[in-house]
Amino acid sequence: MDAAAPLLEVEDLEVEFRTRHGTARVLDGVALSLQPGRTLGIVGESGCGKSMTALSIMRLVPVPPGRIGAGAVRLKGEDLLQASEKRMREVRGKDISMIFQEPMTSLNPVYSIGDQIAETVRLHEGLSRRDSLDRAIEMLKAVHIPAAERRVREFPHQMSGGMRQRVMIAMALACRPSVLIADEPTTALDVTVQAQVFDLLKELQEKTGTAIILISHDMGAIAEMADRVMVMYAGRIVEEAATDEILESPRHPYTRGLISCVPHMEDEPPPERAALTEIPGVVPALTDLGAGCSFAPRCAHTTDLCRRAAPQPFAVGENHRTACWLYDEAGAA
Amino acid sequence: MLLLAVVVFNFILLSLVPGDIADTLAGESGGASQEVMDDIRRTYGLDRPFHIQLATYVGKVIQGDLGTSYYFNMPVTELILGRIAPTLLLVVTALVLAILIGTLFGVIASRRPNGLFSHFVTVLALVGFAAPVFWTAFLLIVLFVAMLEIMPLSGLVDPTTPRGTLTWYLDVLHHLFLPVLSLSSIYLASYSRLARASMMDVLGSDYIRTARAKGLGETAVTYKHALRNAVIPVITIAGLQFSHIFSGAVVVETVFTWPGLGTLAFESILRGDTPTIMGILFFSAMIVIVVNLLTDVTYRIVDPRIRSARNA
Repeated sequence: MDAAAPLLEVEDLEVEFRTRHGTARVLDGVALSLQPGRTLGIVGESGCGKSMTALSIMRLVPVPPGRIGAGAVRLKGEDLLQASEKRMREVRGKDISMIFQEPMTSLNPVYSIGDQIAETVRLHEGLSRRDSLDRAIEMLKAVHIPAAERRVREFPHQMSGGMRQRVMIAMALACRPSVLIADEPTTALDVTVQAQVFDLLKELQEKTGTAIILISHDMGAIAEMADRVMVMYAGRIVEEAATDEILESPRHPYTRGLISCVPHMEDEPPPERAALTEIPGVVPALTDLGAGCSFAPRCAHTTDLCRRAAPQPFAVGENHRTACWLYDEAGAA
Repeated sequence: MLLLAVVVFNFILLSLVPGDIADTLAGESGGASQEVMDDIRRTYGLDRPFHIQLATYVGKVIQGDLGTSYYFNMPVTELILGRIAPTLLLVVTALVLAILIGTLFGVIASRRPNGLFSHFVTVLALVGFAAPVFWTAFLLIVLFVAMLEIMPLSGLVDPTTPRGTLTWYLDVLHHLFLPVLSLSSIYLASYSRLARASMMDVLGSDYIRTARAKGLGETAVTYKHALRNAVIPVITIAGLQFSHIFSGAVVVETVFTWPGLGTLAFESILRGDTPTIMGILFFSAMIVIVVNLLTDVTYRIVDPRIRSARNA
């Protein structure tokens, strides 16, 4: 891990939701650390806690039914979980910004995109109407929207999905935040547009030095963008390593499953990925997780120990940890 | 064109009603000979064939002449213009109040969908829907006029007050209170319910999450980002209900003897004063058309999607 002090540090985050079927622990012991200018990828299936991690960092988890039970989210040393709501409103959009999965519905249909970008700037930097609109135009140019002076007055319904996601990025970066959380930014877009959005994010990151948390279920996207990867399953981090490392030697059975799920287009694929595989079963209901490893019911290597106790992360290489009993070298397993 | 259709349709419909002015006059004067009745019918042109009567009437309407009231013996246009102001005052005040307060109730209720206030709004809506407007009016009279004795029973204004002075206007407002309260009660109920549902729908949408992620406070999120989207269905219903509220006004005006179009319509029907009835129907049709136009204009102001759809 880099020696520099992390920009954003999450420690032992626990989030619970009260539901009709009992309390669901949607995040359990989540920890992450993000260096300035770097990109951290979070992967996992739907419902594994990726988006909840992002919302918890922004403290946008709906309370109730949600509850942040324990942990710390430190931005440049300040614990955001202890901060006042007023302070959080200053942080949101200024220090930490977020872009969402659904560009089609994430912009307010009744305000022009210029107004919506300018609103953030006015709110956080106290600029005048005119200056903030100038900033909006400048931002639209930065995200390569042609005829920015004209389009700034347009409304969301006049733009395509890719354009709207560019607007979302422009809005998120308008106050030059130090952290950008991108929650599945390309899932709703065409493949060709996906590549453009990733290129744009990379380009802007190089220019501004913004650190990015990229949430995705697409291993390909993560491989393209991220320096480090965290794999989540049922609210826990099951494996964490540098991107190259995790792609070359995934350790946790779930990570291996995820990687072999990605379709390849080689003429002669190596025999181990000759067929597209799937992970049998589904993510368990978070209300009735037993004492054991939550992946055990779907895992091919399950032992009695897996059903009895949840594994802690074990170091399996340089800056590579995985929560799986298979790698417990100290234990007798 | 639409208005013309309304005029023709009203004329045909009303000529199907048995009895005419001769019958009414004869009835009021306690009987008349056939000769006198024929004479009356000739005077009013009722002896002529139906299609001639229709053509004459339509021709006059186009020229802006709605005929002469049998009962008041004065031009219908003049009669209606004299009565329209109190009705518009009543109806517009009631509707505006219902929309404003109803929307506000709905917005507050949507902030805490399971809170006490939200349940209060639900109950209020139920009572408002269920209670007939004349019944509400009588209960309000019992409470404010008979028990508390702080409100006037009926009429537009105390006739002893000098007209045009500040006291006169205040007295009109004083008299306006109960009719407006009765009339708006039903609409208040439906608007608060509608606004609550609409707000809850909007507050769950993605762009509200975006607004929060920008760092906006709850007040800005609710009143700037959510409300403007949530009022779109309210506008739709308001436009539709404006014509509805006129029928409510007939009842309320009758209960409070409010000297508006409603009372005039009610009395004219009893008197068989066909020209006045047709005149009132013509005017309400016109108002409905104007209100529809206003609704469309309001839409365009609030929702940019409609603006560009119409321009395309």
